[in-house]
Amino acid sequence: MNWSEFLSMGGYGFYVWGSYLTALILLGGEVMLLRRRKSTLRKRNGNGPR
Amino acid sequence: MNLYKYASPATFYPLAGKLIPWFAIPAAVLFAVGLYVGFFVAPTDFQQGDAYRIMFIHVPAAWMGMFLYVLMAFYAGIGWAFNARLSSMMASSLAVTGALFTALSLITGAFWGKPTWGTWWVWDARMTSTLILLFLYIGFISLQSAIDDPRRSDRAGAVLALVGVINVPIIYFSVQWWNTLHQGATIRILNKPTVAPPMLAAMLILLAACWLYSIAVVLIRLRCIILEREQNAAWVTEGAA
Repeated sequence: MNWSEFLSMGGYGFYVWGSYLTALILLGGEVMLLRRRKSTLRKRNGNGPR
Repeated sequence: MNLYKYASPATFYPLAGKLIPWFAIPAAVLFAVGLYVGFFVAPTDFQQGDAYRIMFIHVPAAWMGMFLYVLMAFYAGIGWAFNARLSSMMASSLAVTGALFTALSLITGAFWGKPTWGTWWVWDARMTSTLILLFLYIGFISLQSAIDDPRRSDRAGAVLALVGVINVPIIYFSVQWWNTLHQGATIRILNKPTVAPPMLAAMLILLAACWLYSIAVVLIRLRCIILEREQNAAWVTEGAA
């Protein structure tokens, strides 16, 4: 199996990769926003609770 | 050991911090394994072609959306009944992740429906009730953020969450009660599953990954909520520079 065959997903590539890209954006976005929220709190609290 | 002491945000905070990597790392490993099995081990379906691979993420996302709602309502109810603020914070933390998984199940469902049914969306019972689930999550989150007093916002959220629980069995049984375009359950606890083992394996591994992921992010968010709500408590300000 070569890469272009794999990426085309038997003609369903747009739908399959669209689904997994959405998952990556939603879950990855959640993690990123949480990291930002955490670092804001950390700055505010100085050497506060870890 | 007195377990009740962990109902206090000040003692739960460091414990949660220690627990997070034990869920986050296995979650990352299982996501990788599940995707590998789903894309390289599971064969192409003879009817749906490769479009069915969307199911590996669609089904776990839909399940998580429902599980997390029940869990959120449970914690909100406990927080309300026993005035346990950590429980209410847990409910607020669960809401966001639950809403994300519900949205993901709707979007991936549309991506599957277009090539398979020929439409992105129909107002069938399961899809409509899942959309209502998303609205319940969004309603819970916005209701809580609209009320400044945390105790009142916890109580209001709990009422909404508990009333909304009725929607979860409606989603679950919708495919039996109504004639829906959405198919019935493929995986049942008592019956032999009707899918090939590697397909089932990919779905279950990704379900486990989603569970571990959810626990990790919910704990991270819970820690943020604790710090935000307890910002005037001595244990938070003590170490502040």
